[in-house]
Amino acid sequence: MAGSGTAHLRDGDIVMRVENLVMEFPVGRTGLKVHAVSGISFDVVRGETLGLVGESGCGKSTTGKAMMQIPRPTSGSIKLDGLELTTLGNEELRSARTKMQMIFQDPISSLNPRRIVRDSVREPLDVWGRGSKAEREALVDRVLESVGIDPQRAAESRPHQFSGGQCQRISIARALVLDPTLIICDEPVSALDVSVQAQVINLLEDLKKQYGLTLIFIAHDLAVVKNISDRVAVMYLGKMCEISPSDDLYARPAHPYTRVLIDSIPVPDPSAVLADATTIGEPGSPVTPPSGCRFHPRCQFADDICKSAEPILQDIGNGHFVACHHPLEVPVSIQSR
Amino acid sequence: MSELQTEMRQEHQPLLEVTDLRTHFRTERGLVRAVDGVSLTLERGKCLGIVGESGSGKTVLSRSLMGLLPSSNTVTSGSVKFEGKEILGLPSKQMRRLWGREMSMVFQNPMTSLNPLMKIGQQIAEPLNLHLDMSRADARATAERLLRDVRIPEATRRLDQYPHELSGGMRQRAMIAIALACGPTLLFADEPTTALDVTVQAQILQLIGEQRRDRNMSVVLVTHDLGVVAGHTDEIAVMYGGKLVEKAPTSVLFAHMKMPYTMSLMRSIPKLEDPSHTRLATIPGRPPDLVHPPKGCRFAPRCAYARDKCITEEPPLRQAEDPNHSYACWYPVGSPEFNQREAELNSGAVPVTLEAR
Amino acid sequence: MSTQTPTTTEAAAPEPGEAATKKTLGIGFWVCIGWLLVMVFVAVFATRLPIPDPKFNFIEPGQAGPSKGPSTAHWFGTDKDARDVFARTMYGARVSLTVGFIAIVFGMFVGGTLGILAGFFRGWIDRIFSFMFLVLLSFPSLVLAIMLTALLDRKLFTISMILGVLAVAPVGRLARATTMQYAEREFVIAARSLGAKNKRIIVRELLPNVAIPMSALALLGMAVAIVAEGGLAFLGLSVERSITWGGMIQLGSDSSKTLQNQPWIAFFPIGVLFLTVFALNFAGDRVRTYFDVKETSL
Repeated sequence: MAGSGTAHLRDGDIVMRVENLVMEFPVGRTGLKVHAVSGISFDVVRGETLGLVGESGCGKSTTGKAMMQIPRPTSGSIKLDGLELTTLGNEELRSARTKMQMIFQDPISSLNPRRIVRDSVREPLDVWGRGSKAEREALVDRVLESVGIDPQRAAESRPHQFSGGQCQRISIARALVLDPTLIICDEPVSALDVSVQAQVINLLEDLKKQYGLTLIFIAHDLAVVKNISDRVAVMYLGKMCEISPSDDLYARPAHPYTRVLIDSIPVPDPSAVLADATTIGEPGSPVTPPSGCRFHPRCQFADDICKSAEPILQDIGNGHFVACHHPLEVPVSIQSR
Repeated sequence: MSELQTEMRQEHQPLLEVTDLRTHFRTERGLVRAVDGVSLTLERGKCLGIVGESGSGKTVLSRSLMGLLPSSNTVTSGSVKFEGKEILGLPSKQMRRLWGREMSMVFQNPMTSLNPLMKIGQQIAEPLNLHLDMSRADARATAERLLRDVRIPEATRRLDQYPHELSGGMRQRAMIAIALACGPTLLFADEPTTALDVTVQAQILQLIGEQRRDRNMSVVLVTHDLGVVAGHTDEIAVMYGGKLVEKAPTSVLFAHMKMPYTMSLMRSIPKLEDPSHTRLATIPGRPPDLVHPPKGCRFAPRCAYARDKCITEEPPLRQAEDPNHSYACWYPVGSPEFNQREAELNSGAVPVTLEAR
Repeated sequence: MSTQTPTTTEAAAPEPGEAATKKTLGIGFWVCIGWLLVMVFVAVFATRLPIPDPKFNFIEPGQAGPSKGPSTAHWFGTDKDARDVFARTMYGARVSLTVGFIAIVFGMFVGGTLGILAGFFRGWIDRIFSFMFLVLLSFPSLVLAIMLTALLDRKLFTISMILGVLAVAPVGRLARATTMQYAEREFVIAARSLGAKNKRIIVRELLPNVAIPMSALALLGMAVAIVAEGGLAFLGLSVERSITWGGMIQLGSDSSKTLQNQPWIAFFPIGVLFLTVFALNFAGDRVRTYFDVKETSL
């Protein structure tokens, strides 16, 4: 993988378009750099949910924050509704950010522990001075109810008095009050129990319809991402491996890394044959990323060309793109699992 | 001959035998019944999965079994027999002889459970020194071998590294190496993979399984995810509201679930085979307040299949067709009442009115 | 079984975490606060209270020595100049409390501001302020205070400010560390992403979180400042021509003979100083644990 290329970018009603995004951070004072994201491109059509999936350190969260310009990218272009964000001044950026909001992994740490949660939800409206006081309160009530939190209780309690799932709902409410176009969800359910995870996923689906949202859903669990996404992008060490409509990705994963991710998902069926996990290995270092295809040290199909040349995303039909020199030809059937 | 007999008796004696264990916490709000009458047995070399949501008492159960709870506000009763000996309520001085050597624990967060200021090698060698009275050189050699056992590459170099120099997965492997150091017969793994990537999770679970078989060790795997226990356990105990609500050999449980709760947990897992945007089943509400638990079945207030009897009368743990399978439910999955309600729910004829309860 | 149903059931169920947070400060805290209030009251209203004039020499004709032990007339006895120790102890509270209060307010304000700015903006601001804190901490504080008193004057306000300067570095470092810890939390990123400006983030999101450990430190810091003032006074370097606990202790312990023969001269101011400092420390400790809510679920 380690793929670059922009062949997969589409025309049409694009809400978010990221082109050749590069994010690098210095490592202390060593002069070395973390190559967190190295030239990825993707786009999201209005009303679509894009899943970004990969292991920790693949740059998926960095990409999510880069879209918010926290911090600003090293290079590349990020366009929200056609507006280039990377060159905006601070004040323009401040108002552009209101159209996209972010939901984070740790539900407790996403809320100020010392503030009444209702105030936290109303905060965006106060910042922008939207509407009269009564209008704000009414809007906050409405949004809290739509995420399933009792506004009365929210007016009396602080975050630690709610469960993790409820805190996540409150964070979602806070993201919604400014009526954003795009919501970036950074591992919003990884810290939650499966039963609560299902509640939050369903809630996001409902709110997406109700508020006409476009979603970017970042996670490490493919099963979760598949459920909520229309399109899924698989990332590895700061590069794009594969991007495809989600059902197609699972029907015929073409990148060996996607295969690894699929095989790792625990199946609630004791008769399923477990794939041998010992060969999976661990991601390399983003400080000294491997040459050629960044996945080659872990790939059982890697040969010399994978070590020297970086693969470019290529169309394999049906809106399915893969960056691999030796894409998996035969759809390995999921039924065998 | 007599030696053989004792050996045979030991083979038949379960490693861990828990009878009516209750762990209650005294708080300002009242008595929290975190574990409320749990009985189970664990055979040598087997893996038991304890499954439940947060607040179901699963973590408190595993810590009570290990005697790792603060004694100041804890009230325990019942019996926990380890190799036939009662260990519940033993003073920590005597428990310390068991910890590490007989039973050990792997925690959820490998970063906070490793000492950040101590080299990995020292942390593994410490229990060896302490319990097995090993010399420093021997302990170091054993530590290195353990790191190889848990498949940490470049084991020799890792001995002299600090936890922060290792990735999350490697840290959890190091934790497992520490837990395995003195060759325990019982390993508790409390959500060992919840903080990790799915790829790492698969590796860690496989590793624990391998070590269990190699060492003929018993494992208690505590998790909220039925998917995790499916492939890695022999038996599963489902906990809800401090009680054991269903218990069965893994294959039996997945084939014939009886508790609507177990079924709901199962249905809330997103499945790869389903097309995207398949609506996930959820369990509304949240686990019961353990100070004032519901009078009847503790799951009834959240159960779509509950009837009047469920709210007034607590169901006992009873046996299913399989003698090793027990469950606590008045109208289990497959019963006429259950099927009737299921049909109503599917047809949409009866709206789910949880507000009424 | 849709997701929208939880509201009703959730609202009905009592909250596991809720009642558990009804922590109390404990009776000890209120006893300490009571003592401190009494001291403040005495300090403020000393002139109007029915206590003897602290500067009057109660020499009676035909007395052997000027210093007498506690009696009904002089509860804490009289010192070598035959002045009422009780009255002097009460008046001493004025200087000690004023110095402690001004010093810590100054330290909190300056140290807190610098620390929060350093922790929030990082980069060169952090480097400059952190270096400043380091320099301040590297001086032996008492020596620094002595040098400054020698250079400047020895008025009440000057002494207070000198001790305030000494408080800047520890306060600043705590504020910086706490700010950094919270600035990394997602709620701060969230606030920024919804368009809040730096000032709003600092005031609304960070300050309430940083204020708790700071307020605990303020009480402890006041105790330290009072002790430091006592130290200066003991060396005869505190506020000129005024009654301070440190000065009284010095007077009562100028030789071992005085300590042995007239222990009350030093004992009472020491006792009151001790109780006040203890009360401040204890209350500070309780405040810290009380507000330490974090994630207090079982």
